[in-house]
Amino acid sequence: MSADKRLYLGVPVERPKAAFFDFTSCEGCQLQMLNNEATLLDFLSLLDIVNFREAMSERSDDYEIAFVEGSISRADEVERLKKIRAQAKILVAVGSCACFGGVNQLKNRFGDLDWVKREVYGSNPVDSTEVRPVSAFVTVDLKIYGCPVKKEEVEVIVTNLVLGKSIVHPSYPVCMECKANHNICLFDLGEPCLGPITRAGCDSWCPSNRMGCWGCRGPAEVANVEQLREIMLKHGFSEEEMIDRLECFGGFSTYLSELK
Amino acid sequence: MIFRVFDKDQLQRLYDVLAVNHIVGPVCKGVNQNSAPLYDFDFVKTFSELKLDYSSTIHSLKRFVLPPRETLCTFELGDDNWRKRLDFNVHEPIVFFGLHACDINGLNKLDKVLNSVVYPDPYYVAKRKNMFIIGVNCSPQPFCFCRSMGSDSALHGFDMFFTSLGDEYFVEILSATAFEYISAIKSREPNERDHARFKEASEEKINNFTCHVDTTDLTKILDLEFQAEVWKTWGERCLSCGTCASVCPTCYCYGIHENVNLDLQGAEKIKQLYSCNLIDFAQVAGGHNFRPESHVRLKYRYYHKHRGFVEAFEESLCVGCGRCGESCLAGITVPEVIASVRGLER
Repeated sequence: MSADKRLYLGVPVERPKAAFFDFTSCEGCQLQMLNNEATLLDFLSLLDIVNFREAMSERSDDYEIAFVEGSISRADEVERLKKIRAQAKILVAVGSCACFGGVNQLKNRFGDLDWVKREVYGSNPVDSTEVRPVSAFVTVDLKIYGCPVKKEEVEVIVTNLVLGKSIVHPSYPVCMECKANHNICLFDLGEPCLGPITRAGCDSWCPSNRMGCWGCRGPAEVANVEQLREIMLKHGFSEEEMIDRLECFGGFSTYLSELK
Repeated sequence: MIFRVFDKDQLQRLYDVLAVNHIVGPVCKGVNQNSAPLYDFDFVKTFSELKLDYSSTIHSLKRFVLPPRETLCTFELGDDNWRKRLDFNVHEPIVFFGLHACDINGLNKLDKVLNSVVYPDPYYVAKRKNMFIIGVNCSPQPFCFCRSMGSDSALHGFDMFFTSLGDEYFVEILSATAFEYISAIKSREPNERDHARFKEASEEKINNFTCHVDTTDLTKILDLEFQAEVWKTWGERCLSCGTCASVCPTCYCYGIHENVNLDLQGAEKIKQLYSCNLIDFAQVAGGHNFRPESHVRLKYRYYHKHRGFVEAFEESLCVGCGRCGESCLAGITVPEVIASVRGLER
């Protein structure tokens, strides 16, 4: 990684020291960060990465930006997260797990977590608590949505972060991007979809591949869940099928309590 | 106007002559749950793909004149200078083969806003100038209300227009280029019988409309009913997803943003079509949102189509293609909304 300062319109641009951390997750979002060889060197040139377990062996705790992947599911994770927060000027929650709890929070729907522990770990019990998003314990300055995050979007966000430009997430749902991609509506093809209520930014990744949206990016700024419930029923999908999707990534937890 | 008649078996010959250009037309994209074909406009690769007897298309052909996302220009950033590169994103002419009257009228309406004005939109105009348009007559679908909007017949905005008369096409020719192309196939002068058949076909189409919108005094009624409760009922259903505007042949609202390239050596200015139903459509610098409520945004969409545009251009911006209602998952359709505002519950 070159230490040369980049120029933007003749003005030197600081390369902020950045660190990547993982909590309870598949670490797939971090993999996405490294996933685009064509732009990887430019991406790495924007940041002075001092800690990134998936990408390098050196480690330093001197950083300004912390990219945090994963949800919090153990007491020791809370302590580690608080230390990261104390060090970082900017804490970025990366992916559905960090933003909403992600797939991991599905276990929360079982009332008896001790039973869950016994089922999963049997006679080898581990410390495991209710799964919470990062924001349940520390202040999050910026969220990057998605399961996994979309590399192209991460690149735009990181560029704007480094240049000090404002970062704007799409307020609208996936339908806008799905229509821009000239797709046939999945409801017409007999597939349920959370696209009408889920925040865009993924470029309708799943619907463009004929798979209905599962809401990994959480609710759009208007999420008419009640109307979508009627639409699901009208198209022959049960309320349970819809709730399964709404529960999957944890982004719709506030809406679920209204539905149930 | 010049009229000719030609045998339908000449159609492939005409297609082949035109196929030195890119051809865009109605093609089948799949079938829905009820096994009904789903059509859309796309590049046609072989004659057999072209489905001139299509019912309607899911999307309008707007993406060929107003793409959902378009790079307006790019910048090269040097240390002490920068250079802007402009591209209207038109690389070759396109033949549009098989547009219904509603879509031709949709383009004519867009022209009034984006072309015949003091400051035309050069990206749009460049694309419009490179279009060769063949219209084709249609059978009204249950959701079509173009006749109510005065868009069921195209008077201009095409090079040629086909009306099916059994085994033959009756063709209206509006441009010299179109005349040359028709000269490449076997055609004949229409006779008295053809005139009669054309009038019959026209009459039959009119009789097949089942969907209507009463536009009498609509601009005034919309003003009178500005505070009507019925808007709130529709607003509760609205998903604020922007699908109606995305499939609409005449919605042209957009936003512009700039992205700096990852290597900081360049940037691009991107235009993105937007919808007045989206939550932040009327949000301004400083964060104030003039239309935070769904029903207000929905109402203003109707006001623009059926009131504002009528006052400015003496015609509605809506062509009555019915695509918005067909693609709205919440089932919000123009005929029902307008009937409810008029106080005529259906």
